[in-house]
Amino acid sequence: MDLFLQQLINGLNVGSIYALIAIGYTMVYGIIKLINFAHGEIMMFGAYFAFIFATSFQMPIWAVLLIPMVIMALAGVAVEFIAYRPLRDAPRLSALITAIGVSLFLQNLALLIFKADPKVMPKIFPETMISLGGVEINSTTLVTIGLSLFFMVLLDLYIRKTKQGRAVRAVSEDKDAAILMGINVDRTISLTFAMGSALGALGGILYSVAYVQVFPTLGVMPGLKAFIAAVLGGIGIIPGAMLGGFIIGMVETMTKAYISTTWADAIVYIILILVLLFKPTGILGKNTREKV
Amino acid sequence: MKKRVVSVLLAVIFTASIFAFAGCSSSKSSGDTIKVGFLGPLSGDVAIYGKSAQSGADLAVKEINDAGGINGKKIELVAYDSKGDQTEAINAYNRLRDQDEVVAVIGGVLSGETLAMKDIMVQDNMPVLTPTATAVDVTTDAPNVFRACFLDDYQGVAAANFATANLTAKTAAIMICKGNPYSEGVGAAFSTQFAANGGTVVDQESYSASDKDFSAQLTKIKELNPEVVFVPDYVQIVGPILQKAKELGITAKFVGADGWDGVQTEYADAAQGNYFTNHYAADSPSEKVQSFIKAYKAANDNKDPNSFSALGYDAVYTMSDAIKTAGSTESDAVVKALNNTNYAGVTGNLKFDAEGNPKDKEVTIIKIDGGQLKFETTIVNK
Amino acid sequence: MDKNKRKAYIINTISVVSLYLVFFILIQTKVMNKYFIGIAILTCIMIIMAMSLNIVAGFLGEMALGHAGFMAIGAYSSAYFSIALMDTGIALPNIVVLILAMIVGGIVTGLVGFLIGTPTLRLRGDYLGIVTIGFSEIIRIFFINFAPTGGAAGLKGITKLVTFNNVYWITIVIIILIFTFGRSKQGRAIISIREDEIASEAAGIPTTKYKVLAFTVSSFFAGMGGALYAHYQAFVEPSKFTFMFSIEMFVIVVLGGLGSLTGSIIAAIILTVLPEMLRGFAEYRLLVYSLALVVMMIFRPQGMLGRSEFSLTKFIDSLMLRKDMKNSIGGGEAQ
Repeated sequence: MDLFLQQLINGLNVGSIYALIAIGYTMVYGIIKLINFAHGEIMMFGAYFAFIFATSFQMPIWAVLLIPMVIMALAGVAVEFIAYRPLRDAPRLSALITAIGVSLFLQNLALLIFKADPKVMPKIFPETMISLGGVEINSTTLVTIGLSLFFMVLLDLYIRKTKQGRAVRAVSEDKDAAILMGINVDRTISLTFAMGSALGALGGILYSVAYVQVFPTLGVMPGLKAFIAAVLGGIGIIPGAMLGGFIIGMVETMTKAYISTTWADAIVYIILILVLLFKPTGILGKNTREKV
Repeated sequence: MKKRVVSVLLAVIFTASIFAFAGCSSSKSSGDTIKVGFLGPLSGDVAIYGKSAQSGADLAVKEINDAGGINGKKIELVAYDSKGDQTEAINAYNRLRDQDEVVAVIGGVLSGETLAMKDIMVQDNMPVLTPTATAVDVTTDAPNVFRACFLDDYQGVAAANFATANLTAKTAAIMICKGNPYSEGVGAAFSTQFAANGGTVVDQESYSASDKDFSAQLTKIKELNPEVVFVPDYVQIVGPILQKAKELGITAKFVGADGWDGVQTEYADAAQGNYFTNHYAADSPSEKVQSFIKAYKAANDNKDPNSFSALGYDAVYTMSDAIKTAGSTESDAVVKALNNTNYAGVTGNLKFDAEGNPKDKEVTIIKIDGGQLKFETTIVNK
Repeated sequence: MDKNKRKAYIINTISVVSLYLVFFILIQTKVMNKYFIGIAILTCIMIIMAMSLNIVAGFLGEMALGHAGFMAIGAYSSAYFSIALMDTGIALPNIVVLILAMIVGGIVTGLVGFLIGTPTLRLRGDYLGIVTIGFSEIIRIFFINFAPTGGAAGLKGITKLVTFNNVYWITIVIIILIFTFGRSKQGRAIISIREDEIASEAAGIPTTKYKVLAFTVSSFFAGMGGALYAHYQAFVEPSKFTFMFSIEMFVIVVLGGLGSLTGSIIAAIILTVLPEMLRGFAEYRLLVYSLALVVMMIFRPQGMLGRSEFSLTKFIDSLMLRKDMKNSIGGGEAQ
């Protein structure tokens, strides 16, 4: 039983990070119908900035977390402005290739700047073991889960309660109608990229702290997993992304623990495929028939 | 009009590319240099191994040239990136042979890429010395392919013997990287030998190369509480595993293989008190080793060399000795000279057996202590 | 056969044969060494891969991001077959073994494509894209764990059967087959689904059937490409067939122009040859590639040729006559 609880917490740990990253994918997809492949690289650069601030500048924890989030929010807006905005009316596949191009570009840029060998992320949170109902939990794990949940709730409140949040929802619901209602679509899209990228950067930092390393291809695998999480939960739906993230994290950990470590990724894909086949819009998605 | 412009533009780009392509062929080796090729991953995920080996090789080339070269001719090392990909490796090798007309090749660095190139290398009778490809098949049925390092199973057996004899362990768990032949090979050899020594392998866990989260596997190992955990893999993966193991409070001794080299710098705390098999010991009193380390640090911003660099360094020296002995750059002569190699290198005495593998190379056991690699003992398998 | 068509056939045949002769002479005179020949062979394989992907991505207009998985199945199954065939001791000419292996690779892959396509083609757009990624990754993980084909260490001992001579003609045949497919009744039905699925359904086209057909044909040719790849490299490793490799092939198709087969051919040539030319700049090469990709998409999102085909006949006409710009290039493919 203890072992199971321990694995459950392992699953929550990685799941909460996937959830954070998945939000970025889902928000961007919701608003401009683009799989933002560069999101994984935003997360990687966030981790590198945190690494630099924590080691070279010895900044306090809040600065190590918040400054990279702000920088990456601006970077996300810049990427949208430079690479995606000119393609807003182009075929969807061209936009997708652009996203892949941006992703590759950022990855290789990081490779040139930081070199290939992984940097070891310092432990930015105080390390202790906390005993909870017979299960030993590392404090970093608790902080990771706690911070992820905190920012997710914050985002959810922002989207549901504020005027800008309403604008985001309106644009993703119906862009043309939103324009007619006087919403500044360009600014709303920028805002979406900023929020998604900030959360992605946080996800990257937490990921690199939990799994110790920062390297140029850091964003690829968690990025792909988080994207799957977003699709699984119903792409475009923020609570869906969170749910999907936790499910993927949990499935992955439990498969590794009880079934097979080498097939863990395959099982994640199989679950995704099954869900999509039976409910093509994802778990929380609404079924909509394509308009004629 | 637009379409026409684009099409003309395309035609121009295309023809230009063909000409530029043909233009590359002009680089022929001139009379007073000997071109030696180097192949390894210099970009991508596994770039670190290729770059380490390359920096060792570069150092050796510089030293040899400063000392007057080979029979008065300077060595030029032509290095190409294999990206760790078989297709890229074959293209790069073809380019080394046809465009650069190298007389010998140091490489590939990884087993997979070397296996992919092996057949063509055998057909060409190119003298090849791989510094670090440890898979068994690399040298079988390939009279012109040699290697400077010991084999996967050889060090796996050595590690098992060390665990039984020196650590008096009766139980062990193994963690291997599924999809990485190196890790699988060393792990399998350890498993067999450990059982043959009378020990019990209580658990075998695996993960894939892209995994970063090992908590599920380590949680299981913690529950089984073995005396030794054997993790044959590279630093990038071993480091996080050790870190996570420490977080989870696992007390077993961790033992690893040569891929661990470098773990002492970044993961000193997590790796404290653990052991691994290696090609040489940095604190060895041998003058050869110490002068190598000094020269390497001077050439590489004071960075410590790892076993990849040491093997790359030895490989170049071995090859250059062979060319010197052969007295020509003709393939058959160089291969023959390689067969008679007897070279005292940083990584020990190098002689080749009939297959082209090092004969009776000793395995050094290293202990990680206070962020330093300490020589523990050497093992020669019977 | 009308006069224009006959003229086109003659011109194309002459150019294919003379291109071959040029290569033949270059190889005979050793101007083209093994290095160039190797690249030429890879280029041919990439042309087949890109064109086969174009059937789904271009003709059908669906996002297929798992082409590497199909290539892997073709490579492994054909190699497994040819090794078994060689072991039986039956002495067959190399070219016969290669063609048999290609057919086996093609059929096995086509079958897998059919099995995967049937349930998944109900999905559209990005959802289909992610499912194809999923299947391709499952295939790769399968080969890592599948001992009979060597597992992670890869399948060794494949006889190298591919030479420039045979791969050139095989590629020409496959190009002709895919062109013919594109212009056939089935091909046009598939294109009509891309243009408007609901309208084509209303016009009596069984859309699901044709979607699955496109998917199956595409994977069939991908399997053949994989077979060529295996018998050129003489060694297959699962780590070759990653998600990034699928993306690479997809990029070729988009860059050439979705739906334009000639575009795929040209883009496959450029994107195989160009990185080789840049080999000396290892670290910057991917940076340049990715930047070029973004710039290209921003300024020419429809790819080099868009949906039109490059026609040699019309190109020659326009060069010789320089009249009526409208007819100069393109607009050929069933639109």
